[in-house]
Amino acid sequence: MNCLLCGVGGQGTVLASRLIAQCALDCGAFARTSETIGMAQRGGSVVSHVRWRGGSISLPSPLIPLGGADVLIGFEPGEAVRCLPYLKRDGAAVVSVNGVTSAVASLSGAQPSADVYVEYLRKTLPRLILLDGISIAREAGSEKTLNMALLGAASSLLGFSAESMLDALRARLSPRLIEINRRALELGAAIAGAQPSIPKEDSI
Amino acid sequence: MSGKLLLMGNEAIAYGAIDAGVSFVSGYPGTPSTEALETVARLKPPGVRVEWSVNEKAALETAAGAAYAGARALVTMKQVGLNVASDPLMSLNYVGVKGGLVILSADDPGPISSQTEQDTRRFALFARLPVLDPSSPEEAYEMARAAFELSERFRAPVLLRPTTRVCHACAAVVRTEPVPLVQPSGFVKGGEWVIFPRLSFEAKKRLAAREPELIDAQAAFNSIDETIGGTPVKIGIACGGIGAAYAREAALNLGLRCRILRIGAPNPFPESLAAEFIDGLERVLAVEELDPVIEDGLRPLMNGVPLHGKRDGSLPSAGELSAAFVENALMATGCVGSKPPLSLNDASHRPRDNGEPPAPPIRPPVLCAGCPHRASFYAVKRAAKSRKAIFCGDIGCYTLGNAPPLDMVDTCLCMGAGVTIAQGLRFADPDSYCFAFIGDSTFFHSGMTGVLNAVYNRSDIIIVVLDNRTTGMTGRQPHPGTGESALGEPAPAANIETILRALGVESVRRANPFDIEEAIETTHEAMDETGVRAIIFEAPCIAVAKLGIPMSVDAARCAGCQVCVKALGCPALSFATSPYQSGRIVARVDESMCTGCSLCSQICPTECIQPAGGTKEEGGS
Repeated sequence: MNCLLCGVGGQGTVLASRLIAQCALDCGAFARTSETIGMAQRGGSVVSHVRWRGGSISLPSPLIPLGGADVLIGFEPGEAVRCLPYLKRDGAAVVSVNGVTSAVASLSGAQPSADVYVEYLRKTLPRLILLDGISIAREAGSEKTLNMALLGAASSLLGFSAESMLDALRARLSPRLIEINRRALELGAAIAGAQPSIPKEDSI
Repeated sequence: MSGKLLLMGNEAIAYGAIDAGVSFVSGYPGTPSTEALETVARLKPPGVRVEWSVNEKAALETAAGAAYAGARALVTMKQVGLNVASDPLMSLNYVGVKGGLVILSADDPGPISSQTEQDTRRFALFARLPVLDPSSPEEAYEMARAAFELSERFRAPVLLRPTTRVCHACAAVVRTEPVPLVQPSGFVKGGEWVIFPRLSFEAKKRLAAREPELIDAQAAFNSIDETIGGTPVKIGIACGGIGAAYAREAALNLGLRCRILRIGAPNPFPESLAAEFIDGLERVLAVEELDPVIEDGLRPLMNGVPLHGKRDGSLPSAGELSAAFVENALMATGCVGSKPPLSLNDASHRPRDNGEPPAPPIRPPVLCAGCPHRASFYAVKRAAKSRKAIFCGDIGCYTLGNAPPLDMVDTCLCMGAGVTIAQGLRFADPDSYCFAFIGDSTFFHSGMTGVLNAVYNRSDIIIVVLDNRTTGMTGRQPHPGTGESALGEPAPAANIETILRALGVESVRRANPFDIEEAIETTHEAMDETGVRAIIFEAPCIAVAKLGIPMSVDAARCAGCQVCVKALGCPALSFATSPYQSGRIVARVDESMCTGCSLCSQICPTECIQPAGGTKEEGGS
């Protein structure tokens, strides 16, 4: 399995990718991640790669090739569009509809609105879960739980149970943060569950 | 000790050093190396001393001292940090060590977060020192452990150079039985610790003479094997570091069974192993990030067999590699049949072709919302408006002040260089005010000598210290000014004003950059003087500051002048359509991002930006 997470620095992609890798490890698979850490975190585009598979042969490289991602988790619709070439033809995407305007775009007024990206994703991807991630995160208790809302929504696509996600969460976060993050996970999973089931086959 | 841990490469290196009995760890933060020292500091192993050093030179020298007395020592830095530490390094190779000394110098292909794309393996060749080049976090753990043994056996500092996709990649790492903390045996006096021409002459002969033995000792890191499955071909791939991972994956994807030469210890180059690898092959591709070190090692041994790599353009000479690059190179050089290469603009693998996607957002890194550097730059920009001025920048978050609309960084070279470049500029461009911006951590790292140089040589510059009380860009490490040690314990806090005055700067002003009128006035005062004068803008980094109430725009009063957006470039500020009048544009504050610094509120001509009614949410994950 290959899962690509993309967003804007500060949205919590690193923790999310670690949790996915931890879940995979807990399930007995071999996992690798690669993350964007450093200068790009200051409001730049960030991408995390997570790859895992069972069996004895380890994965050689931590980077997902173009056209290689089974699941794309988009923390921001414009970033999801940027990373679409990584998605397999029959891959699925989970995307938060809330846009993050870049300061540069504000100056020039050049950036399309989030709706433009969302619309493109909607007509391009047969397997797409869209969610109002910020509202869900707010409902859970903090906008900073956006990453958990998205993970919750993606959990069934990733093949992880809610419990194994929670276990991974407990191993990585301080106890006082568990509750709001758990709520965000569950709310995200519920939203995804309520969406029309994703067709497995599509006439492409 | 048993069980798999999901570790980042840098964490794996820290665990490797701890399990090798390290007792002294020093370093200076720098992407992609920072988490190695931070991990040791977080784990606080008993008996292990952990220090953030003032700079990399200090880090290496203190570690050398510890190793002279028999301690096992780890020094951490990024590749450009090794330049700063190169002065001690180029002599320490002659003098040698007693306890194992391992220098982590993390390389940054891309570069993603650096000034240069230099290759630490070149430094190893230059210094005639061993260098280990891991291909994964698992191997980084093993190599970190093994490096201490190697160092003690040869009494030589050993370099460990992972690249970004090893440092910032996670994998399951299995720790092996640790050796107990190596207690320093104590310093034994003798002539060998004093470098003199005679000693250097003898030592250089030893450096050359030990190379065959060193190749044998490093045999475990260099190997020949085959990729799994596929069609056997007489193609060989020679690879090092993360290149080894990409080579294996490319061979797997193309269904090739080819010979692999894995060079994890490229210095001295294992020539007989390489010759054995080349024997019987029809073609060789060298796969390595950064410089063609392995490729150059192979070239004299090729005996007519074609060698592809960076020198002939089969692989890019700059930037990161990937398995796809290797696949393309194998096809382009005729090693295998062709398959169309993929690119990010390739529509063929979009799930449905719906024409060109909307252009993705342009998102360069920017100063955070609420960053005090924005206020400082804005104040100086306003104060220097209509006068001829040059703004020398330096290395840190504030390098991002070069971006529009601030556009306040005219030069940036290396740590500490802003202060000194300003002095030369002031001489050669005497009509300009020369400002030198420098952050607090960079000031301690290598700014102080430049200040003394300016005072001694009667220069005429304005030094602007951007004191945000942390090392911001690398993720908030303490430094000599923060009053906190690497382990989070209280430490003496150096006072920048006192240091400036002690260095001979008589005119030193301090100001809060978020009081914008005061900050502009302070800058005017400094500009009206001559000689070396300094302004210290003091306001904590938003990552360590207590956040204020976010701002909100009264859309009814906003004139839509866009001054706030166009002057500040704050990511929390943007435009929106007025809810009161269709088609009218008004400013908008993203309250989830706004820290309440109030800079926009202070410069708004209509005073329509005021603190919002609500309070800031508590942070979550």
